[in-house]
Amino acid sequence: MRTLMVMRQGRWTPWLYMAPAIIVLVIYVAYPAIRTGLYSFQNNDGTASAAVRCAADQPCWGFLENYRQAFAGQQGQIALRNTAIWLLVMVPGTALFGLLLAVLTDRVRYEALAKAIIFMPMAISFVGAAIIWRFVYNPDPGIGILNALVTALGGESRAWLATDPPGNTLLLTVIGIWIWTGFTMTLLAAALKSIPMEIIEAARVDGANELQLFFRIMLPLLAPTIAVVMTTMTINTLKMFDIVWVMKGIQTDVIATRMVSELYLDRNNGLASAYAIILIVLIIPVTVYNIRRFGVEEAEK
Amino acid sequence: MNKERFVMFVNRIPLNLAIIVLCAIWLLPTLGLFITSFRPQQAVNESGWWMALAATRPGTDEYQTYCGQCHGENYNALPNADLSSPDLIAQYRRSIQLSGTFNREYNGVIHIPEDQHPDAQQTADILDHLRIASGLQESPPRFTFANYKDVLVGYSARGGTYDEVCAADGPSGTRTCDFWTDATAPNAVLRGMINSFIVTVPATFLPIILAGFAAYALSWMDFNGRRVMFAALVGLQIVPLQMVLVPIFRMYTDLGLNGTFLGVWLFHTGFGLPYAIYLIRNFVGRLPADLFESAYLDGANHFTVFRRIVLPLALPAIAALAIFQFLWVWNDLLVALIFLGNNAPVLTYQLSQLVDSLGGGWHRMTAAAFISIAVPLLIFFAFQRFFVRGLLAGSVKG
Repeated sequence: MRTLMVMRQGRWTPWLYMAPAIIVLVIYVAYPAIRTGLYSFQNNDGTASAAVRCAADQPCWGFLENYRQAFAGQQGQIALRNTAIWLLVMVPGTALFGLLLAVLTDRVRYEALAKAIIFMPMAISFVGAAIIWRFVYNPDPGIGILNALVTALGGESRAWLATDPPGNTLLLTVIGIWIWTGFTMTLLAAALKSIPMEIIEAARVDGANELQLFFRIMLPLLAPTIAVVMTTMTINTLKMFDIVWVMKGIQTDVIATRMVSELYLDRNNGLASAYAIILIVLIIPVTVYNIRRFGVEEAEK
Repeated sequence: MNKERFVMFVNRIPLNLAIIVLCAIWLLPTLGLFITSFRPQQAVNESGWWMALAATRPGTDEYQTYCGQCHGENYNALPNADLSSPDLIAQYRRSIQLSGTFNREYNGVIHIPEDQHPDAQQTADILDHLRIASGLQESPPRFTFANYKDVLVGYSARGGTYDEVCAADGPSGTRTCDFWTDATAPNAVLRGMINSFIVTVPATFLPIILAGFAAYALSWMDFNGRRVMFAALVGLQIVPLQMVLVPIFRMYTDLGLNGTFLGVWLFHTGFGLPYAIYLIRNFVGRLPADLFESAYLDGANHFTVFRRIVLPLALPAIAALAIFQFLWVWNDLLVALIFLGNNAPVLTYQLSQLVDSLGGGWHRMTAAAFISIAVPLLIFFAFQRFFVRGLLAGSVKG
């Protein structure tokens, strides 16, 4: 960073320029984040240690009681299980579809149009997407296109969203993949375009077929971008709230929706904060890895 | 087409087919929503949106089942009971009159045997069908704007559209039948749209303005701790939104900021700032130094340089940022749900409520959903390049 020596400013001028941003960030991000950490060890109104929430003849973790309830409670376990399902399906799912679409669309002339179609769901709100998919999954074969297809093929129409858990969560992850594939595709397509043509031409001249070309040349060169895509998708998936909230299935809660339910519906501040801390503890290592990666890529440019 | 090109064309069929199928899968759900939002209620109930263009008159199946065998395909197989004659059909104004004929004898034969009677709804559909067939009634339009009007004014009762009910019954309860009065009532989607704009516009520009000042100081002023400050401010991106909801909710309860626009603006500003500072600083920091030197030598102070030089030159970065932040806030449900809720329902909140109540049927819910996604879609298609850039760069935002 170059700095000008011509212009001297008062000692306080830079701070005056930064003050509004710093004040808002301290009030809205830094301070509350620390407060949440403290709340997670306290009772619901923050007046005493979480230990007072212990029930008489139940196991008790003292000031970690909120965490015990998050991990051991039935609701909390469902939320953790579903979050794991989301991660296992969404992260590889979006990466695979993104890769497939990036590689396929790279070879046709209507690339821009195809990409716009795949990317479009990214512009739509998650709530809008949830409604779109409730419509697709509708049990009436005269309304829901999925059941229309099933019945046209000779099957029986089903109330898809009433599928027993955890099957219903899998159906929700389809919506997630539909939304986020445009994102992974765009990142991977950009990386694909940066592979020098000479390498690919050379491989072709040496007699590599398209599959060999993909697995031996493209995939290794795309590996760093795939890593970034997967870590970013891990963060996005962990924060996923709207789809699950709007679909309101039976036992489809993830950590983020469980947290909001505790906060907003049940006013369990302590437990809600514990969920928030669990979430950030899962997110921080991935984010740190991601920022480092971005840093490496910036430096290489 | 020569042979070589033909072979190449055939070889590329699987590739093209794969792309087209994937694109179709991606497009179909939204297309279904779009088409359904323009179909009248009866059509939505009778056939799927994929049949919108093929959809036939109401009661066609019922007519075939109960009447077609005797009265024929063209309604006139029985000369004494020519169902295509308007004079005959005009005698039956209500379906109850039609069902009254079922047990009568015509030429010594019961019209329709007891165990084969259509039910009340089917009879009504058959009458509708016959009124259209005989030319007494226009066939219903395939597409309509009525669903949009219904949701804009927040009309969700079953049976009839807002216009029909207002024409027949006039104002009743909270319904005034004056479009603009009804459309600004709390549950009206037009009101939700206005609220969404009231939330989104300041929540887009506030963080950009604050970030602009901070980014300028961080790139063109000389002070101790500049790097540390930059790292600290941008590093706050790591904090996910969920992490601060509890304390802020409590702080807002104490300050009486729950349910106010100001509370939501400031919240979005806080969460938009780290990324905004990062993006603008990267852009402004790369402007040529000569520009600033000559301005300073001409006697301009920092504020003049910021206003006259930095802001205009940083416009591309600001545009990408503004689009990203606008969509982020417009599409947000979580913050609106917790800090505004029912006090000032925004579009996403109204939609989530509509899902719970089923909002008076799919024909209206799809219209409401399309209104909420129309704004982002417009922005997407108008500014595709900025949009993708802003979204990709911002993907690590909290």
